[in-house]
Amino acid sequence: MLGSGIIKGLAVTAKNLAGSFHDPARYVTQEFPEVQPQLPENSRNFPFLVADDGADPMGTLRCVACQICEKECPPQCIYIEKSKDKKPDAAGKLQLYPAVFAIDTSVCMSCQICVEVCPFDAIKMDQVFAIATTDRFNGLLLNREQLAKSNQYYHSIHPTEATEVDARLAAERKAAEEKARAAAAAKAAAPKPAAPPPPQPPA
Amino acid sequence: MLASGSAAAPFSSASVRPVHDEFHGDLLEVSMGPHHPSTHGVFRMMVTLDGETIVRLKPVFGYLHRNHEKLGENTTYLGSMPYTDRLDYLCSMTNNWAYALAVEKLAGLVPPERAEYIRIILAELTRLINHSGLIGFLMQDTGCSGTPLMYAFREREKVLDLFEALSGSRMMCNYQRFGGCRVDLTPAWVDSARRLVDAFPRFLDEFEALLTGNEIFMARTQGVGRLSPELAVNAGLTGPVLRATGVGHDLRKVDAYGLYPRFDFRVPIGAHGDTYDRYMIRVLEMRESVQILQQALRDLPAGPIMDPKAKLRGLRPKAGEAYGRIEGAKGEIGFFLISDGSPNPYRYRIRPPSFINLTVLEDLCLGHTVADAVIILGSIDIVLGEVDR
Repeated sequence: MLGSGIIKGLAVTAKNLAGSFHDPARYVTQEFPEVQPQLPENSRNFPFLVADDGADPMGTLRCVACQICEKECPPQCIYIEKSKDKKPDAAGKLQLYPAVFAIDTSVCMSCQICVEVCPFDAIKMDQVFAIATTDRFNGLLLNREQLAKSNQYYHSIHPTEATEVDARLAAERKAAEEKARAAAAAKAAAPKPAAPPPPQPPA
Repeated sequence: MLASGSAAAPFSSASVRPVHDEFHGDLLEVSMGPHHPSTHGVFRMMVTLDGETIVRLKPVFGYLHRNHEKLGENTTYLGSMPYTDRLDYLCSMTNNWAYALAVEKLAGLVPPERAEYIRIILAELTRLINHSGLIGFLMQDTGCSGTPLMYAFREREKVLDLFEALSGSRMMCNYQRFGGCRVDLTPAWVDSARRLVDAFPRFLDEFEALLTGNEIFMARTQGVGRLSPELAVNAGLTGPVLRATGVGHDLRKVDAYGLYPRFDFRVPIGAHGDTYDRYMIRVLEMRESVQILQQALRDLPAGPIMDPKAKLRGLRPKAGEAYGRIEGAKGEIGFFLISDGSPNPYRYRIRPPSFINLTVLEDLCLGHTVADAVIILGSIDIVLGEVDR
Protein backbone atom coordinates (compact mmCIF):
# COMPACT_ATOMS: atom_id res chain seq x y z
CA MET A 1 0.00 0.00 0.00
CA LEU A 2 1.35 3.39 -0.91
CA GLY A 3 2.17 5.33 2.22
CA SER A 4 2.65 2.35 4.49
CA GLY A 5 6.40 3.07 4.62
CA ILE A 6 5.71 6.59 5.80
CA ILE A 7 3.32 5.37 8.49
CA LYS A 8 5.89 2.84 9.65
CA GLY A 9 8.44 5.64 9.90
CA LEU A 10 6.04 7.79 11.88
CA ALA A 11 5.58 4.93 14.32
CA VAL A 12 9.35 4.95 14.87
CA THR A 13 9.42 8.66 15.59
CA ALA A 14 6.44 8.31 17.94
CA LYS A 15 8.23 5.51 19.78
CA ASN A 16 11.34 7.66 20.13
CA LEU A 17 9.34 10.65 21.31
CA ALA A 18 7.57 8.62 23.97
CA GLY A 19 10.77 6.79 24.86
CA SER A 20 12.67 10.01 25.40
CA PHE A 21 10.58 10.66 28.52
CA HIS A 22 11.57 7.52 30.38
CA ASP A 23 14.40 5.75 28.54
CA PRO A 24 17.85 7.31 29.11
CA ALA A 25 19.14 5.48 26.01
CA ARG A 26 16.77 7.56 23.90
CA TYR A 27 17.31 10.86 25.66
CA VAL A 28 20.99 11.59 25.89
CA THR A 29 21.06 15.38 26.10
CA GLN A 30 22.70 16.96 29.14
CA GLU A 31 21.70 20.38 30.43
CA PHE A 32 25.29 21.53 30.11
CA PRO A 33 26.06 24.46 32.37
CA GLU A 34 23.96 23.04 35.21
CA VAL A 35 25.04 19.43 34.69
CA GLN A 36 28.79 19.14 34.22
CA PRO A 37 29.91 16.23 32.05
CA GLN A 38 31.65 13.30 33.70
CA LEU A 39 34.85 13.10 31.71
CA PRO A 40 36.51 9.70 31.37
CA GLU A 41 39.86 9.31 33.02
CA ASN A 42 41.81 9.30 29.76
CA SER A 43 40.15 12.45 28.50
CA ARG A 44 42.67 15.06 27.52
CA ASN A 45 42.82 18.72 26.76
CA PHE A 46 45.73 21.12 26.98
CA PRO A 47 48.98 20.16 28.75
CA PHE A 48 50.09 21.31 32.19
CA LEU A 49 53.34 21.02 34.13
CA VAL A 50 53.47 18.78 37.17
CA ALA A 51 54.88 20.26 40.36
CA ASP A 52 55.61 17.88 43.22
CA ASP A 53 54.67 20.37 45.93
CA GLY A 54 51.53 22.42 45.40
CA ALA A 55 52.66 25.02 47.95
CA ASP A 56 55.83 25.85 46.01
CA PRO A 57 55.06 24.98 42.39
CA MET A 58 57.90 27.00 40.82
CA GLY A 59 60.50 25.38 43.07
CA THR A 60 59.34 21.81 42.54
CA LEU A 61 58.60 21.57 38.83
CA ARG A 62 59.58 18.17 37.49
CA CYS A 63 60.64 19.74 34.20
CA VAL A 64 64.40 19.89 33.68
CA ALA A 65 64.22 21.98 30.50
CA CYS A 66 65.56 19.20 28.28
CA GLN A 67 63.50 20.67 25.41
CA ILE A 68 62.49 17.29 23.97
CA CYS A 69 58.81 18.27 23.95
CA GLU A 70 59.70 21.55 22.27
CA LYS A 71 61.43 19.64 19.47
CA GLU A 72 58.76 16.97 19.07
CA CYS A 73 55.67 19.19 19.28
CA PRO A 74 54.07 18.94 15.81
CA PRO A 75 52.62 22.49 15.66
CA GLN A 76 55.62 23.93 17.56
CA CYS A 77 53.61 25.61 20.28
CA ILE A 78 56.05 25.13 23.19
CA TYR A 79 58.78 27.63 24.02
CA ILE A 80 61.42 26.86 26.64
CA GLU A 81 64.41 28.76 27.94
CA LYS A 82 66.87 26.89 30.12
CA SER A 83 67.93 28.32 33.46
CA LYS A 84 71.49 29.49 34.04
CA ASP A 85 71.78 27.84 37.47
CA LYS A 86 70.81 24.43 38.79
CA LYS A 87 68.41 23.41 41.51
CA PRO A 88 68.10 20.06 43.31
CA ASP A 89 65.15 18.00 42.08
CA ALA A 90 63.03 15.59 44.14
CA ALA A 91 65.84 13.00 44.17
CA GLY A 92 68.31 15.61 45.34
CA LYS A 93 70.17 15.70 42.06
CA LEU A 94 71.15 19.08 40.66
CA GLN A 95 69.15 19.81 37.53
CA LEU A 96 68.41 22.70 35.25
CA TYR A 97 64.91 24.11 35.36
CA PRO A 98 62.87 26.06 32.81
CA ALA A 99 63.41 29.79 33.28
CA VAL A 100 60.69 30.28 30.66
CA PHE A 101 58.13 27.65 29.73
CA ALA A 102 55.29 28.89 27.56
CA ILE A 103 52.59 27.08 25.60
CA ASP A 104 50.55 28.92 23.03
CA THR A 105 47.17 27.25 23.43
CA SER A 106 45.87 28.94 20.30
CA VAL A 107 48.32 26.73 18.40
CA CYS A 108 48.29 23.60 20.58
CA MET A 109 46.14 20.80 19.19
CA SER A 110 46.07 18.63 22.33
CA CYS A 111 47.73 15.71 20.58
CA GLN A 112 49.55 14.47 23.70
CA ILE A 113 52.87 13.88 21.94
CA CYS A 114 54.70 16.10 24.46
CA VAL A 115 53.38 13.89 27.24
CA GLU A 116 54.47 10.71 25.50
CA VAL A 117 58.01 11.86 24.76
CA CYS A 118 58.73 13.44 28.17
CA PRO A 119 61.24 11.20 29.99
CA PHE A 120 60.66 12.92 33.34
CA ASP A 121 56.84 12.67 33.59
CA ALA A 122 56.89 16.43 33.90
CA ILE A 123 54.16 17.39 31.44
CA LYS A 124 50.70 15.84 31.49
CA MET A 125 47.34 16.47 29.89
CA ASP A 126 44.75 18.57 31.66
CA GLN A 127 40.97 18.21 31.45
CA VAL A 128 39.89 21.83 31.64
CA PHE A 129 37.78 22.71 28.63
CA ALA A 130 36.24 26.03 29.68
CA ILE A 131 39.16 28.10 28.46
CA ALA A 132 37.51 30.93 26.60
CA THR A 133 39.17 34.29 27.06
CA THR A 134 38.58 37.79 25.78
CA ASP A 135 42.26 38.40 25.05
CA ARG A 136 43.21 36.31 22.05
CA PHE A 137 46.97 36.88 22.29
CA ASN A 138 48.16 37.07 25.89
CA GLY A 139 45.13 35.26 27.24
CA LEU A 140 45.96 32.14 25.24
CA LEU A 141 49.71 32.22 25.80
CA LEU A 142 50.22 30.37 29.07
CA ASN A 143 53.47 30.83 30.99
CA ARG A 144 54.95 28.41 33.51
CA GLU A 145 53.14 29.97 36.48
CA GLN A 146 49.80 29.30 34.79
CA LEU A 147 50.84 25.87 33.55
CA ALA A 148 52.15 24.51 36.86
CA LYS A 149 49.71 22.34 38.76
CA SER A 150 50.30 20.09 41.72
CA ASN A 151 50.74 16.34 41.69
CA GLN A 152 47.58 16.08 43.83
CA TYR A 153 45.66 17.72 40.99
CA TYR A 154 47.18 15.21 38.58
CA HIS A 155 45.99 12.43 40.88
CA SER A 156 42.51 13.90 40.94
CA ILE A 157 42.09 13.90 37.15
CA HIS A 158 44.06 10.81 36.04
CA PRO A 159 44.17 8.61 39.18
CA THR A 160 45.32 5.34 37.58
CA GLU A 161 48.00 6.93 35.45
CA ALA A 162 49.25 9.16 38.28
CA THR A 163 49.61 6.21 40.64
CA GLU A 164 51.66 4.36 38.05
CA VAL A 165 53.84 7.40 37.48
CA ASP A 166 54.40 7.88 41.22
CA ALA A 167 55.37 4.23 41.64
CA ARG A 168 57.78 4.45 38.73
CA LEU A 169 59.38 7.66 39.98
CA ALA A 170 59.73 6.23 43.49
CA ALA A 171 61.39 3.11 42.10
CA GLU A 172 63.77 5.22 40.03
CA ARG A 173 64.61 7.38 43.03
CA LYS A 174 65.24 4.32 45.18
CA ALA A 175 67.46 2.77 42.52
CA ALA A 176 69.39 6.03 42.19
CA GLU A 177 69.86 6.26 45.96
CA GLU A 178 71.03 2.66 46.19
CA LYS A 179 73.41 3.18 43.33
CA ALA A 180 74.80 6.31 45.01
CA ARG A 181 75.12 4.47 48.30
CA ALA A 182 76.84 1.53 46.62
CA ALA A 183 79.19 3.86 44.79
CA ALA A 184 80.01 5.69 48.01
CA ALA A 185 80.58 2.39 49.81
CA ALA A 186 82.78 1.13 47.01
CA LYS A 187 84.74 4.34 47.06
CA ALA A 188 85.24 4.15 50.82
CA ALA A 189 86.16 0.45 50.77
CA ALA A 190 88.45 0.47 47.77
CA PRO A 191 92.14 1.31 48.40
CA LYS A 192 93.78 4.04 46.48
CA PRO A 193 93.52 3.18 42.81
CA ALA A 194 96.73 1.79 41.42
CA ALA A 195 98.65 3.99 39.07
CA PRO A 196 97.69 3.37 35.49
CA PRO A 197 100.10 1.12 33.61
CA PRO A 198 102.63 3.02 31.54
CA PRO A 199 101.62 3.30 27.92
CA GLN A 200 102.97 0.54 25.77
CA PRO A 201 105.11 1.64 22.88
CA PRO A 202 103.54 0.65 19.61
CA ALA A 203 104.82 -2.65 18.27
CA MET B 1 18.34 47.90 -17.25
CA LEU B 2 19.85 45.87 -20.03
CA ALA B 3 20.15 47.33 -23.47
CA SER B 4 17.40 46.23 -25.82
CA GLY B 5 18.40 43.40 -28.13
CA SER B 6 20.58 41.50 -25.68
CA ALA B 7 19.29 38.43 -23.91
CA ALA B 8 17.34 40.04 -21.12
CA ALA B 9 17.65 38.21 -17.85
CA PRO B 10 15.16 38.57 -15.04
CA PHE B 11 17.95 39.33 -12.59
CA SER B 12 21.67 39.11 -12.29
CA SER B 13 23.87 38.63 -9.24
CA ALA B 14 27.31 37.38 -8.34
CA SER B 15 26.10 33.83 -7.84
CA VAL B 16 23.52 33.58 -10.61
CA ARG B 17 24.19 34.83 -14.12
CA PRO B 18 22.70 34.13 -17.53
CA VAL B 19 24.94 32.50 -20.14
CA HIS B 20 24.33 31.75 -23.77
CA ASP B 21 25.20 28.38 -25.26
CA GLU B 22 25.13 27.57 -28.97
CA PHE B 23 23.58 24.17 -28.42
CA HIS B 24 21.29 24.85 -25.50
CA GLY B 25 20.29 28.45 -25.98
CA ASP B 26 19.81 30.59 -22.93
CA LEU B 27 21.15 29.03 -19.78
CA LEU B 28 21.61 30.06 -16.19
CA GLU B 29 24.84 29.58 -14.32
CA VAL B 30 24.39 29.15 -10.58
CA SER B 31 27.16 29.08 -8.06
CA MET B 32 26.16 26.72 -5.25
CA GLY B 33 28.45 27.25 -2.34
CA PRO B 34 31.14 27.57 -1.12
CA HIS B 35 29.00 28.32 1.91
CA HIS B 36 25.87 26.33 1.36
CA PRO B 37 24.25 23.97 3.82
CA SER B 38 23.98 21.23 1.19
CA THR B 39 27.65 21.16 0.21
CA HIS B 40 28.91 19.49 3.41
CA GLY B 41 31.59 22.08 4.01
CA VAL B 42 33.30 24.73 1.96
CA PHE B 43 32.71 23.27 -1.48
CA ARG B 44 31.37 25.00 -4.54
CA MET B 45 29.45 23.62 -7.49
CA MET B 46 29.26 25.80 -10.59
CA VAL B 47 26.02 24.50 -12.08
CA THR B 48 24.79 25.49 -15.52
CA LEU B 49 21.06 25.03 -15.79
CA ASP B 50 18.69 24.67 -18.68
CA GLY B 51 15.42 25.38 -16.96
CA GLU B 52 15.94 23.28 -13.89
CA THR B 53 18.02 20.60 -15.60
CA ILE B 54 21.77 20.49 -15.07
CA VAL B 55 23.74 20.62 -18.33
CA ARG B 56 27.16 21.33 -16.82
CA LEU B 57 28.58 21.02 -13.34
CA LYS B 58 32.01 22.10 -12.30
CA PRO B 59 33.16 21.18 -8.80
CA VAL B 60 35.40 23.84 -7.25
CA PHE B 61 37.34 22.87 -4.17
CA GLY B 62 40.48 23.83 -2.32
CA TYR B 63 38.94 26.29 0.09
CA LEU B 64 40.12 24.15 2.98
CA HIS B 65 43.59 23.50 1.60
CA ARG B 66 46.11 23.67 4.42
CA ASN B 67 49.28 22.22 3.00
CA HIS B 68 48.91 18.87 4.67
CA GLU B 69 51.37 16.99 2.47
CA LYS B 70 54.06 19.65 2.68
CA LEU B 71 53.61 19.80 6.44
CA GLY B 72 54.07 16.05 6.53
CA GLU B 73 57.38 16.38 4.72
CA ASN B 74 58.58 18.91 7.27
CA THR B 75 57.64 17.13 10.47
CA THR B 76 58.86 13.84 11.85
CA TYR B 77 57.04 10.61 11.12
CA LEU B 78 55.42 10.73 14.55
CA GLY B 79 54.56 14.40 14.19
CA SER B 80 52.34 13.71 11.19
CA MET B 81 50.14 11.30 13.10
CA PRO B 82 47.95 13.94 14.81
CA TYR B 83 47.59 15.72 11.48
CA THR B 84 46.11 12.62 9.88
CA ASP B 85 43.22 12.89 12.37
CA ARG B 86 42.30 16.12 10.68
CA LEU B 87 42.04 14.69 7.16
CA ASP B 88 38.71 12.97 7.38
CA TYR B 89 37.75 14.24 10.79
CA LEU B 90 34.92 11.75 11.18
CA CYS B 91 37.22 8.74 10.74
CA SER B 92 40.41 9.59 12.58
CA MET B 93 40.97 5.99 13.65
CA THR B 94 41.12 4.65 10.10
CA ASN B 95 43.32 7.52 8.95
CA ASN B 96 45.71 6.74 11.79
CA TRP B 97 45.73 3.10 10.84
CA ALA B 98 46.47 3.72 7.17
CA TYR B 99 49.35 6.03 8.03
CA ALA B 100 50.72 3.67 10.67
CA LEU B 101 50.52 0.83 8.14
CA ALA B 102 52.58 2.79 5.60
CA VAL B 103 55.25 3.65 8.16
CA GLU B 104 55.29 0.08 9.46
CA LYS B 105 55.95 -1.18 5.94
CA LEU B 106 58.74 1.36 5.60
CA ALA B 107 60.36 0.64 8.95
CA GLY B 108 59.72 -3.10 9.03
CA LEU B 109 57.60 -3.12 12.18
CA VAL B 110 55.01 -5.78 12.89
CA PRO B 111 52.20 -4.96 15.34
CA PRO B 112 51.32 -7.77 17.76
CA GLU B 113 48.09 -9.70 17.46
CA ARG B 114 46.21 -7.81 20.15
CA ALA B 115 47.03 -4.49 18.51
CA GLU B 116 45.69 -5.79 15.19
CA TYR B 117 42.45 -6.79 16.89
CA ILE B 118 42.17 -3.38 18.54
CA ARG B 119 42.70 -1.72 15.19
CA ILE B 120 39.97 -3.78 13.58
CA ILE B 121 37.56 -3.01 16.43
CA LEU B 122 38.22 0.71 16.15
CA ALA B 123 38.07 0.74 12.35
CA GLU B 124 34.70 -1.01 12.34
CA LEU B 125 33.34 1.31 15.03
CA THR B 126 34.49 4.17 12.84
CA ARG B 127 32.64 2.65 9.90
CA LEU B 128 29.47 2.49 11.99
CA ILE B 129 29.58 6.15 13.00
CA ASN B 130 30.60 7.32 9.54
CA HIS B 131 27.85 5.44 7.73
CA SER B 132 25.08 6.25 10.20
CA GLY B 133 26.12 9.90 10.22
CA LEU B 134 26.26 9.96 6.46
CA ILE B 135 22.74 8.55 6.15
CA GLY B 136 21.56 11.20 8.57
CA PHE B 137 23.09 13.94 6.45
CA LEU B 138 21.71 12.39 3.27
CA MET B 139 18.24 12.56 4.78
CA GLN B 140 18.88 16.15 5.72
CA ASP B 141 19.67 16.80 2.06
CA THR B 142 16.45 15.15 0.90
CA GLY B 143 14.56 17.50 3.16
CA CYS B 144 13.90 15.15 6.04
CA SER B 145 15.13 17.72 8.50
CA GLY B 146 16.65 16.60 11.70
CA THR B 147 15.05 13.37 12.80
CA PRO B 148 17.31 10.71 11.18
CA LEU B 149 20.35 12.89 11.72
CA MET B 150 19.61 13.24 15.41
CA TYR B 151 19.04 9.50 15.75
CA ALA B 152 22.34 8.86 13.99
CA PHE B 153 24.17 11.36 16.15
CA ARG B 154 22.65 9.87 19.28
CA GLU B 155 24.31 6.56 18.42
CA ARG B 156 27.47 8.31 17.31
CA GLU B 157 27.77 9.93 20.72
CA LYS B 158 27.95 6.51 22.33
CA VAL B 159 30.80 5.44 20.06
CA LEU B 160 32.57 8.75 20.58
CA ASP B 161 32.31 8.22 24.34
CA LEU B 162 34.14 4.93 23.83
CA PHE B 163 36.80 6.65 21.74
CA GLU B 164 37.22 9.30 24.40
CA ALA B 165 37.53 6.76 27.17
CA LEU B 166 40.23 4.98 25.21
CA SER B 167 42.22 7.65 23.39
CA GLY B 168 41.35 10.78 25.35
CA SER B 169 39.71 12.63 22.51
CA ARG B 170 36.40 12.19 20.78
CA MET B 171 37.36 13.03 17.23
CA MET B 172 41.09 13.77 17.09
CA CYS B 173 42.05 10.42 18.55
CA ASN B 174 45.75 10.26 17.61
CA TYR B 175 45.67 6.69 18.85
CA GLN B 176 47.64 4.39 16.56
CA ARG B 177 51.41 4.26 16.79
CA PHE B 178 53.99 2.69 14.51
CA GLY B 179 54.12 -0.93 15.60
CA GLY B 180 50.98 -0.98 17.71
CA CYS B 181 48.60 1.19 19.70
CA ARG B 182 49.07 3.78 22.39
CA VAL B 183 46.79 2.65 25.20
CA ASP B 184 45.54 -0.82 26.02
CA LEU B 185 41.85 -1.67 26.22
CA THR B 186 40.56 -2.17 29.74
CA PRO B 187 38.07 -4.95 30.51
CA ALA B 188 35.48 -2.28 31.35
CA TRP B 189 35.97 -0.72 27.92
CA VAL B 190 35.54 -4.07 26.21
CA ASP B 191 32.35 -4.67 28.19
CA SER B 192 30.81 -1.36 27.22
CA ALA B 193 31.87 -1.87 23.60
CA ARG B 194 30.21 -5.27 23.64
CA ARG B 195 27.01 -3.77 25.02
CA LEU B 196 27.04 -1.08 22.35
CA VAL B 197 27.67 -3.53 19.53
CA ASP B 198 24.92 -5.86 20.73
CA ALA B 199 22.45 -2.97 20.88
CA PHE B 200 23.43 -1.54 17.51
CA PRO B 201 21.33 -3.87 15.28
CA ARG B 202 18.24 -2.65 17.13
CA PHE B 203 19.10 0.90 16.13
CA LEU B 204 19.68 -0.24 12.55
CA ASP B 205 16.29 -1.96 12.44
CA GLU B 206 14.68 1.21 13.66
CA PHE B 207 16.63 3.31 11.18
CA GLU B 208 15.56 1.05 8.36
CA ALA B 209 11.92 1.09 9.46
CA LEU B 210 12.15 4.85 9.34
CA LEU B 211 13.80 5.13 5.93
CA THR B 212 14.19 2.06 3.74
CA GLY B 213 10.53 1.66 2.84
CA ASN B 214 9.66 5.33 2.90
CA GLU B 215 7.90 6.15 -0.38
CA ILE B 216 9.05 9.75 -0.52
CA PHE B 217 12.66 8.72 0.03
CA MET B 218 12.39 6.04 -2.67
CA ALA B 219 10.87 8.49 -5.13
CA ARG B 220 13.66 10.96 -4.47
CA THR B 221 16.56 8.52 -4.73
CA GLN B 222 15.73 5.55 -6.95
CA GLY B 223 17.16 6.02 -10.43
CA VAL B 224 18.81 9.29 -9.42
CA GLY B 225 22.53 9.70 -10.01
CA ARG B 226 23.00 6.37 -11.71
CA LEU B 227 26.64 5.36 -12.08
CA SER B 228 27.81 2.65 -14.44
CA PRO B 229 30.34 0.10 -13.18
CA GLU B 230 32.61 0.90 -16.18
CA LEU B 231 32.81 4.56 -15.28
CA ALA B 232 33.24 3.77 -11.60
CA VAL B 233 36.21 1.51 -12.29
CA ASN B 234 37.75 3.85 -14.86
CA ALA B 235 37.47 6.82 -12.55
CA GLY B 236 39.23 4.89 -9.81
CA LEU B 237 36.37 5.02 -7.35
CA THR B 238 36.49 2.92 -4.23
CA GLY B 239 34.38 2.18 -1.22
CA PRO B 240 30.59 2.04 -1.01
CA VAL B 241 30.17 4.25 -4.09
CA LEU B 242 31.98 1.66 -6.20
CA ARG B 243 30.30 -1.33 -4.59
CA ALA B 244 26.86 0.19 -5.15
CA THR B 245 27.46 -0.22 -8.88
CA GLY B 246 27.93 -3.97 -8.47
CA VAL B 247 31.72 -4.20 -8.40
CA GLY B 248 32.75 -6.32 -5.45
CA HIS B 249 36.03 -4.62 -4.60
CA ASP B 250 36.78 -4.38 -0.90
CA LEU B 251 40.35 -4.05 0.32
CA ARG B 252 39.51 -6.05 3.41
CA LYS B 253 39.04 -9.00 1.07
CA VAL B 254 41.38 -8.02 -1.78
CA ASP B 255 44.39 -6.91 0.25
CA ALA B 256 43.58 -8.96 3.35
CA TYR B 257 45.55 -6.51 5.48
CA GLY B 258 45.60 -6.77 9.24
CA LEU B 259 43.84 -9.89 10.44
CA TYR B 260 40.73 -9.52 8.28
CA PRO B 261 41.11 -12.98 6.69
CA ARG B 262 40.28 -14.44 10.11
CA PHE B 263 36.89 -12.79 10.15
CA ASP B 264 33.71 -14.05 8.65
CA PHE B 265 31.89 -11.27 6.84
CA ARG B 266 30.31 -10.56 3.47
CA VAL B 267 30.80 -7.64 1.11
CA PRO B 268 27.42 -6.22 0.06
CA ILE B 269 27.19 -5.04 -3.53
CA GLY B 270 24.50 -3.02 -5.26
CA ALA B 271 22.71 -3.58 -8.54
CA HIS B 272 21.80 -0.17 -9.97
CA GLY B 273 24.45 2.25 -8.81
CA ASP B 274 21.89 4.90 -7.96
CA THR B 275 21.53 6.98 -4.84
CA TYR B 276 19.20 4.48 -3.19
CA ASP B 277 21.75 1.69 -3.69
CA ARG B 278 24.44 3.85 -2.17
CA TYR B 279 22.21 4.31 0.87
CA MET B 280 21.36 0.61 1.07
CA ILE B 281 25.00 -0.50 0.74
CA ARG B 282 25.88 1.53 3.80
CA VAL B 283 23.12 0.00 5.88
CA LEU B 284 24.22 -3.49 4.88
CA GLU B 285 27.86 -2.66 5.54
CA MET B 286 26.97 -1.55 9.03
CA ARG B 287 25.32 -4.90 9.64
CA GLU B 288 28.48 -6.67 8.47
CA SER B 289 30.59 -4.38 10.65
CA VAL B 290 28.52 -5.43 13.63
CA GLN B 291 29.33 -9.06 12.75
CA ILE B 292 33.05 -8.28 12.59
CA LEU B 293 32.90 -6.39 15.87
CA GLN B 294 31.15 -9.23 17.64
CA GLN B 295 33.79 -11.69 16.45
CA ALA B 296 36.66 -9.36 17.32
CA LEU B 297 35.37 -8.61 20.81
CA ARG B 298 34.78 -12.30 21.40
CA ASP B 299 38.23 -13.44 20.22
CA LEU B 300 40.29 -10.50 21.51
CA PRO B 301 43.58 -12.10 22.59
CA ALA B 302 45.70 -11.02 25.54
CA GLY B 303 49.26 -9.85 25.03
CA PRO B 304 51.36 -6.82 24.30
CA ILE B 305 50.10 -3.99 22.14
CA MET B 306 53.41 -2.70 20.83
CA ASP B 307 56.13 -4.23 18.68
CA PRO B 308 59.18 -4.43 21.02
CA LYS B 309 61.36 -3.07 18.19
CA ALA B 310 59.29 0.09 17.93
CA LYS B 311 60.53 3.27 19.51
CA LEU B 312 58.58 6.43 19.92
CA ARG B 313 61.18 9.06 19.11
CA GLY B 314 63.84 9.31 16.45
CA LEU B 315 62.34 6.97 13.87
CA ARG B 316 64.63 7.01 10.83
CA PRO B 317 63.51 4.33 8.37
CA LYS B 318 65.93 3.08 5.75
CA ALA B 319 65.78 4.79 2.37
CA GLY B 320 62.92 3.33 0.36
CA GLU B 321 59.25 3.75 -0.32
CA ALA B 322 56.04 2.22 0.91
CA TYR B 323 52.34 2.47 0.24
CA GLY B 324 49.93 1.55 3.00
CA ARG B 325 46.24 1.36 2.21
CA ILE B 326 43.18 0.22 4.06
CA GLU B 327 39.46 0.14 3.40
CA GLY B 328 38.29 3.23 5.19
CA ALA B 329 34.63 4.08 5.62
CA LYS B 330 34.67 6.16 2.44
CA GLY B 331 36.94 3.98 0.33
CA GLU B 332 40.60 3.26 -0.09
CA ILE B 333 42.60 5.58 2.14
CA GLY B 334 46.27 5.26 1.33
CA PHE B 335 49.52 6.89 2.35
CA PHE B 336 52.55 6.83 0.07
CA LEU B 337 55.86 7.58 1.73
CA ILE B 338 59.37 7.92 0.39
CA SER B 339 62.13 7.85 2.95
CA ASP B 340 65.66 9.13 2.38
CA GLY B 341 66.86 7.95 5.78
CA SER B 342 66.19 11.24 7.55
CA PRO B 343 63.69 11.74 10.39
CA ASN B 344 61.20 13.33 7.97
CA PRO B 345 59.65 11.63 4.96
CA TYR B 346 61.08 12.81 1.65
CA ARG B 347 57.65 12.54 0.08
CA TYR B 348 54.35 12.19 1.86
CA ARG B 349 51.38 11.63 -0.36
CA ILE B 350 47.80 10.80 0.54
CA ARG B 351 45.26 9.03 -1.58
CA PRO B 352 42.02 10.48 -0.24
CA PRO B 353 38.95 8.38 -1.09
CA SER B 354 36.38 11.15 -1.04
CA PHE B 355 38.45 13.38 -3.33
CA ILE B 356 38.64 10.69 -6.01
CA ASN B 357 35.00 9.71 -5.54
CA LEU B 358 34.08 13.34 -6.12
CA THR B 359 35.53 13.35 -9.64
CA VAL B 360 32.43 11.67 -11.08
CA LEU B 361 30.06 14.24 -9.65
CA GLU B 362 29.33 15.86 -13.01
CA ASP B 363 28.59 12.53 -14.71
CA LEU B 364 26.16 11.65 -11.94
CA CYS B 365 24.35 14.98 -11.96
CA LEU B 366 23.88 15.62 -15.70
CA GLY B 367 20.21 15.58 -16.65
CA HIS B 368 19.01 15.83 -13.08
CA THR B 369 17.68 18.84 -11.19
CA VAL B 370 19.46 20.99 -8.63
CA ALA B 371 17.60 19.28 -5.80
CA ASP B 372 18.90 15.94 -7.08
CA ALA B 373 22.47 17.26 -7.29
CA VAL B 374 22.26 17.98 -3.58
CA ILE B 375 21.36 14.41 -2.65
CA ILE B 376 23.84 12.95 -5.16
CA LEU B 377 26.59 14.93 -3.51
CA GLY B 378 25.32 13.76 -0.15
CA SER B 379 25.38 10.13 -1.22
CA ILE B 380 28.99 10.33 -2.44
CA ASP B 381 30.04 11.02 1.16
CA ILE B 382 32.70 13.69 1.08
CA VAL B 383 34.55 15.34 3.90
CA LEU B 384 36.22 18.52 2.79
CA GLY B 385 39.09 18.16 5.21
CA GLU B 386 40.16 15.17 3.18
CA VAL B 387 39.25 16.51 -0.28
CA ASP B 388 41.28 19.68 0.11
CA ARG B 389 43.98 18.49 2.52
